[in-house]
Amino acid sequence: MSAGIRLAGARTLFYKELLRFWKVSFQTVAAPVLTAILYLLIFGHVLEDRVQVYDGVGYTSFLIPGLVMMSVLQNAFANSSSSLVQSRITGNLVFLLVTPLSHWAWYVAYVGASMVRGLAVGLGVIAVTVWFAPLSLAEPWWALIFAAVGAALMGSLGLIAGLWAEKFDQMAAFQNFIVMPMTMLSGVFYSVHSLPALWLTVSHLNPFFYMIDGFRRGFFGVSDVSPWLSLAVVGTAFVAVSLLALGLLKRGYKIRP
Amino acid sequence: MPAVSFQNVSKTYPGARGPLRALDGVSFDIEQGEFFGLLGPNGAGKTTLISILAGLARATSGRVTVMGHDVVADYAAARKALGIVPQELVFDPFFSVRETLRIQSGYFGVRRNEPWIDELLQGLGLADKAGANMRQLSGGMKRRVLVAQALVHRPPVIVLDEPTAGVDVELRQTLWQFVARLNRQGHTVLLTTHYLEEAEALCSRIAMLKLGRVVALDRTANLLAGTASTMLRFKTDDALPADIAAHARVTGRSAQVTAHDAAEVETLLGRLRQAGVRVEDLEIGRADLEDVFLEIMQEQGA
Repeated sequence: MSAGIRLAGARTLFYKELLRFWKVSFQTVAAPVLTAILYLLIFGHVLEDRVQVYDGVGYTSFLIPGLVMMSVLQNAFANSSSSLVQSRITGNLVFLLVTPLSHWAWYVAYVGASMVRGLAVGLGVIAVTVWFAPLSLAEPWWALIFAAVGAALMGSLGLIAGLWAEKFDQMAAFQNFIVMPMTMLSGVFYSVHSLPALWLTVSHLNPFFYMIDGFRRGFFGVSDVSPWLSLAVVGTAFVAVSLLALGLLKRGYKIRP
Repeated sequence: MPAVSFQNVSKTYPGARGPLRALDGVSFDIEQGEFFGLLGPNGAGKTTLISILAGLARATSGRVTVMGHDVVADYAAARKALGIVPQELVFDPFFSVRETLRIQSGYFGVRRNEPWIDELLQGLGLADKAGANMRQLSGGMKRRVLVAQALVHRPPVIVLDEPTAGVDVELRQTLWQFVARLNRQGHTVLLTTHYLEEAEALCSRIAMLKLGRVVALDRTANLLAGTASTMLRFKTDDALPADIAAHARVTGRSAQVTAHDAAEVETLLGRLRQAGVRVEDLEIGRADLEDVFLEIMQEQGA
């Protein structure tokens, strides 16, 4: 089969995955933007005058990049995982299973669409929250890199979760007991340097911390750890998760018994 | 080169109470241009065999090819040559009929496929539903879309897994006309069905599966000729003698018994009269595939 045909197949799956979330964008884009605004209003209101993390940066300003990145990550994960698990449970994954698409095509299409959804929600959160507090873009390339790699990492993780989970409640468990605690404890709402020593160490074992910290660097030009260290950690995690996802797809793990 | 070749295919599923052997050394070929029937009771392994053919499951051992392409080593070419209509009525609720067909086309790398999509919509009586969302379609209409999806990349081999289960008479006829036309144009068709009269009318050759093994494989005509060819049908309110009851197909008041020739018919009638069974609406006719099927399944069970 020619490369052109292979590419056309992967492009179709990517396009289908985009259409899938875009057709219900009220749920998949607008709803997470609203959630982020609620976090900002409530935490910002309560903590604005009490907490200062970086010199000259108000708490609300500090909070915005964290919320943006949290939304990017959670939605990138939600896209690939929910698409796969829905297709498996309703049985329409068969339409994809009978095609000549390779495991690479599946991977690129699912992860690509997850990145688009994550970044679309992230931009939406920026567009709305930027009116609440001044926001600078000191080193924008860091923000771009971490948003892209973070979304790709979470899209890949979503693929794995979507292959593993056989029911919606298993998927909810993955989301509630792994993704949610790791994002909430990653320093979205605080600088990890304000934590006691033990929790500081624990936070440094959480890859989500590096994604948030590196992304925030793009806005304030300061971060808890070097952005290069963060990039190394996030990049390694991305490669490891992607290799696992590709391996499972190639084996047909739980989808080609 | 056969259109489809199964070579010593076995499949074992890990089960809670030990491994379950769904297929046990299945071997047969389907020649190009054939209309081939795969029959067997529930749990015989028909769907497992078709799943392995389509890449939906993997054989534990053995080899399967489609138009000479191995379904594992050369899966892309094998799947391009195959169009499968799944048994379950599945659909993607996000899309319209036309979008569904365009997407399926795209997966196979077929671009500018609009004329063929229109032809499929027309041929399957879906033309006025092209813009409708899949959720809005009736079961029968969804089934038609499944057929169109399987054919959208013009595969030389078409697999229909119980395509007429729960389908009304009109759709059945549309479907068979359409599939018969494709077969005349040179497409190979593999059909599994519970409706044996369909298999008898359409399939030139038949394989019967039971408990994961091939128990019969022959031309339909030979299968019909090779077994009890005469069928005695009657109605009665009385209990049949035990030796006849063991071979009879009884539905309410109706009973059917097979016989090999006229002499055996006479003997049967004599036995019934002796036993005092009052017979009404007596008919003598040719045995059909259902009788052959039951006879083969019973032999194998004994």
